[in-house]
Amino acid sequence: MLDVYKIREDFPILKRKINGYPLIYFDNAATSQKPKQVVEALRDFYENHNANVHRAVHTLSQEASELYEDAHKEVANFINAKSMEEIVFLRGTTEAINLVAYSLGLHNLNSDDEILVSLMEHHSNIVPWEILSKFRGFKIKYVGLDNDGTLNFDSFQEMFSKKTKIVCVSHVSNVTGVVNDIKKIAKIAHEHGASVVVDGAQSVPHLPVNVESLDVDFLAFSGHKMLSPTGIGVLYGKHEILEKMTPFQGGGEMIKEVSISPTAHRCSVTWNDLPWKFEAGTPNVGGSVGLMEAVKYLKHVGMENVKAHEEMLTKRAMQCLSECEKVKIYGPRNVSAKCGIIPFGVEGLSSHDVALYLDNYGIMIRSGFHCAQPLHEMLKLDSSARASFYIYNTPEEISRFAEILKEIE
Amino acid sequence: MANIDDYVARTEGTCGKEKDIIVIFKYEKKDEVIKKILQKAHLKKSIANVIFELTFKEFSFRLYGSGKAIFRSLKDKEELNSILSALLS
Repeated sequence: MLDVYKIREDFPILKRKINGYPLIYFDNAATSQKPKQVVEALRDFYENHNANVHRAVHTLSQEASELYEDAHKEVANFINAKSMEEIVFLRGTTEAINLVAYSLGLHNLNSDDEILVSLMEHHSNIVPWEILSKFRGFKIKYVGLDNDGTLNFDSFQEMFSKKTKIVCVSHVSNVTGVVNDIKKIAKIAHEHGASVVVDGAQSVPHLPVNVESLDVDFLAFSGHKMLSPTGIGVLYGKHEILEKMTPFQGGGEMIKEVSISPTAHRCSVTWNDLPWKFEAGTPNVGGSVGLMEAVKYLKHVGMENVKAHEEMLTKRAMQCLSECEKVKIYGPRNVSAKCGIIPFGVEGLSSHDVALYLDNYGIMIRSGFHCAQPLHEMLKLDSSARASFYIYNTPEEISRFAEILKEIE
Repeated sequence: MANIDDYVARTEGTCGKEKDIIVIFKYEKKDEVIKKILQKAHLKKSIANVIFELTFKEFSFRLYGSGKAIFRSLKDKEELNSILSALLS
């Protein structure tokens, strides 16, 4: 088990008081707090090693390049990718999914094709495909859910046809915390010759994730939800697929050669090697250093310990909230089938009322659609309040949270 | 009429089916704001002494002890500004 009280010492922000009350941060599904080790790594980079990466011959650039490449290697090791060539750094999950949509979809999906998208997806795994379908004319089939928000496997399997080319699904729902059986989904998709694009934004920070064992083709996730700075995220892609794909964005860093024949008005371009082929422009080097430190921190804690801690918190929260007369928990009750995310409502109050009420006591939760309006519509909810936990949250915070909610009469 | 910029830090549209507007009052002015609003508006209900359900003219809204408020079913920002200006004068 992890020592939560020792971990909390690494997060200075947790010492803050809001409206005179100790901060309780339960909005981790939106973004995580940052340990001082990550902040220190960023400071050290900018104070001592900052330069643009690759191609320059000077010492600072070599140091920055080494750090940047080490960050790719650290992330590859964290999710058990074969090499850093399978790890593309981008701004976050949204950009990573857009990369797959445009690089893979734009060149490979036609009007005869279909893709499957689950109804539990975050907008970032719906909208890029909807935009692209307007260009390419392929059909998007939305996979239904059961009443508690879990994926309906019968519906999922029935939707496959010879036309199915891509399956887009979250590993963990950002609203209900439901954990999808990605290994099973990937197996079914591959049996039908379809690629699998997984939104790992809510899984990689909270569970041990092994891309080889899951056998996914793509996995997108964000650094900022796993202790790292904002503006850095990851796309894992199988080497053989990335190799065949055309770059998403063009510019510096992603090319080996650009040669123009002015008289013939022709330009020939040779792409750079993986992963740089997909990293156009000056990358977020500082962010990558922060991400590397965040990954080291999580590895030190141990992802099995992270999972066990959040399970304990979720179990306790479900128990405490079920004792609050006016609180209704949405989604599945089975803690082992979900991550540390609890959507709920309070009788007579909107989700924003609940969030503002808790804010008064220094408790930060999210309210609204959480960028998953289709899931809310399916669950017949106008919006939801959402509490989400991480490694620095304590059982005492859960008790306090429930006590405050009980005061609503 | 009051200059609302003296009291309002920011406004934010809510996310969700309800298209409401959240008003965040300047922290250092929150006690003054709460006092003024509670004097002007009609208190329908208080929940846990933190949420105040109020009406002012034909508008209903909720004020929170932390110095924030949610206004519902407003036409536009001009209407919001006009209510705030009247409430804070």
